[in-house]
Amino acid sequence: MVIVTSFPLFTILLSLFSGVLCLLLKGRTAKRYTFALELVLTGMAAAVLAYVVQTGREFTYTMGEFPAPWGNEIRAGVLEALMALLFLTVMICSVTAGHRFVNTDIDESKVNLYYALLNLMTAALMSVVWTNDIFTGYVFVEILTLTSCGILIVRELGRTTLAAVRYMILNLLGSGLFLLGVVLLYSMTGHLLMEPMQHTITELAGDPQILRNLTIVVGILTVGLSIKSGLFPFHYWMPDTYGWATPTSAAILSAIVSKAYIFLLFKIYYRVIGIKTFEMMPVRNILLLLGICGIIAGSAGAILSNNINRMVALSSAAQIGYIYAGLGLGGAAGYTAALFHILVHAVTKSQLFLTTPRLAEVAGGSLLIRELQGSGLRDRDAGAFFSVSALSMIGIPVFAGFSSKLQFGLAAVTVGNRKLILVMLALAVSSLLNAMYFIRTVIRIYTDSPLKTERAGHRADFILPLMVLTACNLFLGLFSRVAADLIRTGLLMFG
Amino acid sequence: MLEHLLVNNEEAAAVILFGIGFTMLLFQQNLIKKLIGMNIMDSGIFLFLASLGYIEGRKAPIIEGGVKQTSAYINPVPAGLVLTGIVVSVSVTAVMLSLSIRLYKRYHTLDLDEIYILSRHQMEDR
Repeated sequence: MVIVTSFPLFTILLSLFSGVLCLLLKGRTAKRYTFALELVLTGMAAAVLAYVVQTGREFTYTMGEFPAPWGNEIRAGVLEALMALLFLTVMICSVTAGHRFVNTDIDESKVNLYYALLNLMTAALMSVVWTNDIFTGYVFVEILTLTSCGILIVRELGRTTLAAVRYMILNLLGSGLFLLGVVLLYSMTGHLLMEPMQHTITELAGDPQILRNLTIVVGILTVGLSIKSGLFPFHYWMPDTYGWATPTSAAILSAIVSKAYIFLLFKIYYRVIGIKTFEMMPVRNILLLLGICGIIAGSAGAILSNNINRMVALSSAAQIGYIYAGLGLGGAAGYTAALFHILVHAVTKSQLFLTTPRLAEVAGGSLLIRELQGSGLRDRDAGAFFSVSALSMIGIPVFAGFSSKLQFGLAAVTVGNRKLILVMLALAVSSLLNAMYFIRTVIRIYTDSPLKTERAGHRADFILPLMVLTACNLFLGLFSRVAADLIRTGLLMFG
Repeated sequence: MLEHLLVNNEEAAAVILFGIGFTMLLFQQNLIKKLIGMNIMDSGIFLFLASLGYIEGRKAPIIEGGVKQTSAYINPVPAGLVLTGIVVSVSVTAVMLSLSIRLYKRYHTLDLDEIYILSRHQMEDR
């Protein structure tokens, strides 16, 4: 057996143990340790990706060597490896670029706890990505919920606590529904591993009565996970949650955690229900409709908000809408577009959330957009990185946002008829709205203001991680075909 | 219709409990009542799972005096799932209770609407 096949398990176990270890370390040591660990894990994920691309076959790791219908399994295909690599890269960049704010936002004696939580969260993220067992998926979804609540409340403001409580309550509703869906699927199939489940479901789905029941179960699972990931009409917790968290947390929550839920949902559609059975259900049309509503509602909300963090958070709601609209379009092109947008949004949104606090800092600590005047001139690094990701969000060519919108357009063309008009209209309106609020902000931060504060210095620990994110952004923009091909190979491996 | 409900009375009860819990978690404004709702919701699911795992006349799969036919035993997996679920539910409840304490210390009320209004007034908007 090649050592690479054990790497997925290592990424989970190492971060799980490190979570405990960080409790014992001092704040600064914990930070360095977490950074080193994340580097190692990223290397592992990259190795797994290279291995599955090279061999052209996915592999499963059976825990305790119990054969298929009984044991617990980890599965690594191209898509899983790609998501793991993305999540870890964004994680490491957010941790490095935001660490100064972690030190100011959090009491010094508790800094190590923050890194402990981040490590546990990495373990949960990795398990959700790699797992081949739906109940393991549920357990780690709950751990993910708890740790995301944890990294929210470390900043002890009244508003963060309130935001965390609302976030938790919605997440608990989602978890409850998800658990119910898992249990119902288990009662119908008698399995918890994804392949045997899909096998049974494909046999059962021939009966229209059972197909109807299955549709209800899929509906329950979808509602559960879409509450957690913030699909319209459940997006209203986003501005408060992301707006008041410490920058690292905001970047991680919006860029990675919500994507992990979507990826799990997609995995359930593809690997548990089976994509043929799934496409017989009307769920996709509802997803498309809600996705488009999310795009419009998120962008409209972002235009109306006067606080830069709330604006960026609401634009997240719109981007989540894109991803769900891609799933709703269906077909290989639609799923590729959705997964591609997961990559694009993760690298862009984390960058936005990491730069806004620096802009606010040189504007006297205010997050209000009108107070930010000239902050891009005073902190040139943050201003440049903010503008790059803003342009990418709008969908200017060269940047990733453009290729992502192109993928959506192409997917809509392959579907044709009424959906085509709907999606094209939504794309046009949302690009226009995006341009309005992002260009407005970019112009504002580059307009000279009479306020004279000192220029912020260049900091390597801020520039380097954001350079990595920008490089990913440009790569996805210029070589979108490479990423799209990878995703297509992954979809074929998904079965 | 009614016969189906009577035959599957445990499942019907489980779904009703889930519904009660879910609506409480969604619509109650008091944090503690919300939490109780969450626990009722989870209990509903656990009841559903437990009833899946129990077949009258069969025993737990513990071998005494040689292996009997599989029809003599029940499936132990649902019980394991219930246990895991209970652990998850307890830890989530603990976190939520600690959050409620923190909110109560700051705002001196457990009503979410009131807390929301109070937080608006305090404006830590920077």
